[in-house]
Amino acid sequence: MLHKLTVPISEEAIVALHVGDQVYLSGLIVTARDAAHKLMIEKFIRVPQVLEQTDLYARLKELLAGGVIYHCGPVVSQDDRGRWHFVAAGPTTSIREEPYEAEVIEHFGLRAVIGKGGMGPKTIQACQDHKAVYLHAIGGAASLIADSVKEVVDVYQKDELGVPEAFWVIRVEDFPVVVTMDSHGVSLHAEIKQRSTAALQSLI
Amino acid sequence: MEQPDLTDQFVELIRLASTDLRSDVEDALRAARDREEEGSAAQAALDTILENIRLARANSTPICQDTGTPIFYIYFPPGWSTLKLRHQVREATATATAKSYLRPNAVDSLTGRNSGNNLGDDFPSLHFHEWEEPYLKVDLMLKGGGCENVGAQYKLPNVTLGAGRDLDGVRRVVLDAVNQAQGLGCAPGIIGVAVGGDRGASYIRSKEQFFRPLDDQNDVPELTELEERITQEANQLGIGPMGFGGKTTVLGVKVDTLHRLPASYFVTASYMCWADRRRTMIFCDGEITFE
Repeated sequence: MLHKLTVPISEEAIVALHVGDQVYLSGLIVTARDAAHKLMIEKFIRVPQVLEQTDLYARLKELLAGGVIYHCGPVVSQDDRGRWHFVAAGPTTSIREEPYEAEVIEHFGLRAVIGKGGMGPKTIQACQDHKAVYLHAIGGAASLIADSVKEVVDVYQKDELGVPEAFWVIRVEDFPVVVTMDSHGVSLHAEIKQRSTAALQSLI
Repeated sequence: MEQPDLTDQFVELIRLASTDLRSDVEDALRAARDREEEGSAAQAALDTILENIRLARANSTPICQDTGTPIFYIYFPPGWSTLKLRHQVREATATATAKSYLRPNAVDSLTGRNSGNNLGDDFPSLHFHEWEEPYLKVDLMLKGGGCENVGAQYKLPNVTLGAGRDLDGVRRVVLDAVNQAQGLGCAPGIIGVAVGGDRGASYIRSKEQFFRPLDDQNDVPELTELEERITQEANQLGIGPMGFGGKTTVLGVKVDTLHRLPASYFVTASYMCWADRRRTMIFCDGEITFE
């Protein structure tokens, strides 16, 4: 099934998605990977009060309510008017954020996480509890995906974290992804792993 | 003969490696696409990959945003200065980064700071080999982080996998490595295997396998047989492109051996993603060619 989704995404839209569905996503999304997740957890989530990076926190609360995080470290260029462009922007491996993602979903009201390779049991549970999904982008389709990034709206923490690890706020149009973990507890990755491990036993 | 400044040519080598996939890999991906079931997620993934390869080549943009560790193998005739070569390659790396052919990827492990220009401690990775040919050859591979993370090194015997110190043991642990990797190395991948060495030498030799043309044959008959068998069996795991399930999990397996200590029997399986970016530059009699 093919779905067109626009950010902010409603709970109803999420519940209608099932593993295997193709989605074309449009709207404002935020990139966040290893260093960004560590920052969110340490400065915004596991604290009694947000005292540092309050501007970033306010912006993230706005963008991520019903919003989407994209696990991506892009190649970017800057034109002579100082505007940023995404040159290559495929997904990075998501499992590294497994220790953090459930809390990020809960705290910000995130509806979708885009990445590569899927995530684990904590995140699947959070997807069920808070109505979110994992969307798989094609690993290495970097130039193609960069084409669907129509505008780089903002960037946070670029000097501190470096270009690949910064929070990039981007406007995407018809970004193609596949649902591989849905809000009903189904994960394509868990199924594939079970099958391949059984096949391995018969080969060794 | 005065040693020339080849910095600009090195930038072109990097650009080619990053944006223009070699035909042996592209052909293998096309064949894999045709083998998948019509309308399957696996086929759709490969269609996307092939379209991306075409777009990257046409626009001179990176095939993958993780341009990885640039690994240079430089074969030079007697009399060339490796200090000059090192300087030129490093400058070319910084220039290629400024031109967005490479993502700034050198992060200080102590401070977390990205150097911004891909230059750092042992970054890029340079290997110099003097040889008796009258020309300069530079092999470059871009080894991405996602696939690097799913490489694995085993000590044999390995009880869990029933692997003894023989080629069947090698087969068992390499299949295990492919299974553990699932789709995380951006399958369908290429597996580079080294048997022997100390831990470091074993990893290095396993990654050198990625310079071999995909459709080549091993010089050693038992290793050719092993390569073919592991490729076939890895594909029976059914992990498929991007781990979506499918017929092609591995495009090829390349195995080499090196001497080892009696006490150690390491089998190293390095994983190269489908974006197997490697290119060669030759400088001979004042002429430059790229392969």
